[in-house]
Amino acid sequence: MTFLPNDVPASRRPWPAEAISRVPFWLYSDPEIYRLEQERIFAGPAWSYVALEAEIPNPGDFKRSVIGDKPVVVVRDETGAISVVVNRCAHRGVAFCQREFGSAKEFVCPYHQWTYDLRGKLLGVPFRRGYKGQGGMPADFAPEAHGLQRLSVARRHGVVFASFDPAPEKFEDYLGPLMLGYFDRVFTGRPLAVLGHMRQRIPSNWKLMFENIKDPYHASLLHVFLVTFGLFRLDQKSAVEMDETGRHAVLVSRKGEQATNDATREMRSFKADFTLNDARLLDPVREFAGDATVVMQTLWPNLIVQQQSNTLAMRQLVTRGPQEFDLVWTFFGYDDDAPEMRRRRLRQANLMGPSGYVSIDDSEIMAASQDGIAPYPEANGLFEMGGREARNEDHMVTEGAIRGFYKYYRGVMGI
Amino acid sequence: MAMDVALRLEVEDLHAEYCAALDEGRYEDWAALFTEDCLYRIVPRDNHERGLPLAIMHCESRGMLLDRIVAIRETSYYAPRTLRHMVSGIRVAAEADGALRGQANYLVLQTLPEQPTTLFNAGRYLDTMVREAGRLRLKERLCIFDSIVVPNSLIVPI
Repeated sequence: MTFLPNDVPASRRPWPAEAISRVPFWLYSDPEIYRLEQERIFAGPAWSYVALEAEIPNPGDFKRSVIGDKPVVVVRDETGAISVVVNRCAHRGVAFCQREFGSAKEFVCPYHQWTYDLRGKLLGVPFRRGYKGQGGMPADFAPEAHGLQRLSVARRHGVVFASFDPAPEKFEDYLGPLMLGYFDRVFTGRPLAVLGHMRQRIPSNWKLMFENIKDPYHASLLHVFLVTFGLFRLDQKSAVEMDETGRHAVLVSRKGEQATNDATREMRSFKADFTLNDARLLDPVREFAGDATVVMQTLWPNLIVQQQSNTLAMRQLVTRGPQEFDLVWTFFGYDDDAPEMRRRRLRQANLMGPSGYVSIDDSEIMAASQDGIAPYPEANGLFEMGGREARNEDHMVTEGAIRGFYKYYRGVMGI
Repeated sequence: MAMDVALRLEVEDLHAEYCAALDEGRYEDWAALFTEDCLYRIVPRDNHERGLPLAIMHCESRGMLLDRIVAIRETSYYAPRTLRHMVSGIRVAAEADGALRGQANYLVLQTLPEQPTTLFNAGRYLDTMVREAGRLRLKERLCIFDSIVVPNSLIVPI
């Protein structure tokens, strides 16, 4: 075993010779890598998810959001347009917006009352001309040059994305036709209704979340609940697909039967004799075209769109240093859902979140992964299930979408 | 109106048995403290105050409580942990329909392997209690927790 010399910065350490079928463990704990990720990924040319329009339906409505670890405010102005501005006063940097959600006519920084309109334009600076001839800002102070930093904004069918890049590629091109098709499957333009939020603080590197959702084969082994109740199985018709760059992906699963067969015999965890005491928990009805019952879409760099049976949620990743991130869940349905469908979504929400029948396994395994990875930066993760390439497959027995993610990641990071 | 002292003590006993059953892993005993048609929900304060219906745990019957127990014992993967529930500020009021409305503050302390004990969750219980076969049972318990941020996973009920 070779240990890394301390004087070689992580960004100049060689990636393992096996390329994307290995991921070096220093990638999950190194502060310099984390800093570069903030700069090149989250503050770079990517489109990051920030909000659902249904969270800010009326003029003046705002919500706080985060891109990487940078706080922003998403706000709808009098014309209905949506702006995303940094939550950082242009004067001395105060995070002026302290409420998660609210409605405002303007933003006033509490420190020195610098006042901005809902597009971030600086409207007023108290004592700009001084007081009784004393003090004041210099005569050439130009308010128009000191508004809140504004981000580029893209809206599609009720979902809001933002980018620190002043001229990012068109959002539809960023997703590409294949991923846009899956996105539009849930977001058809039908008005959404927010059901509520959940948030969990996971003690692991953020990339482990994407590895988890881009890896369908763990679901058939780790998630005993899913397997037992036939919600997700390796022997179901399925697919793993990516856009051309590998940065976005979907896992698609189609309905199977709860029965013992060759595939379940490989799963030590399968429990054939279990039934629910109250079957109303799992009472899915088909609501989308096609035969897919689960579509998990991962969108670079901070979003998972979850459609598991009738539970729909945005899972937003908020990084908090190399060894911790928050997973922010926004559950939603459609505005015209019948009461029975609304109840079904709320029951099925038991599958997900910090107390989810399914997702508990994932957050706990990510913590255990970080516990094993961080103390051994000199070791590598092994990603050879389904080959050593990143390509689309019509089965679940592959880590190909993780390889696709790292192929793209290495390009962006220059490592 | 002065509340019957015996009734107050009975409510306090219900809280004490509830906490002990969870902390000692006697989950079936915990479920037995609810009525068959109970409603049990763990809700972030933010959702509760904004009128949003989403809970992080949502059970509409004792059967759904029992299904949670199956998950804790059989299907979920999680690191071993010790939990301790503390209840204080117990209040109770009798309603005209014979039910009791209760409220109490709670803390849950969590101890993970090789870690010091931490404050895991804090909030308040909003209860409706009824008498069944001579004993007080929870017909409804809402756990409204203060910080929406859950430290990783919430596996055992609050």
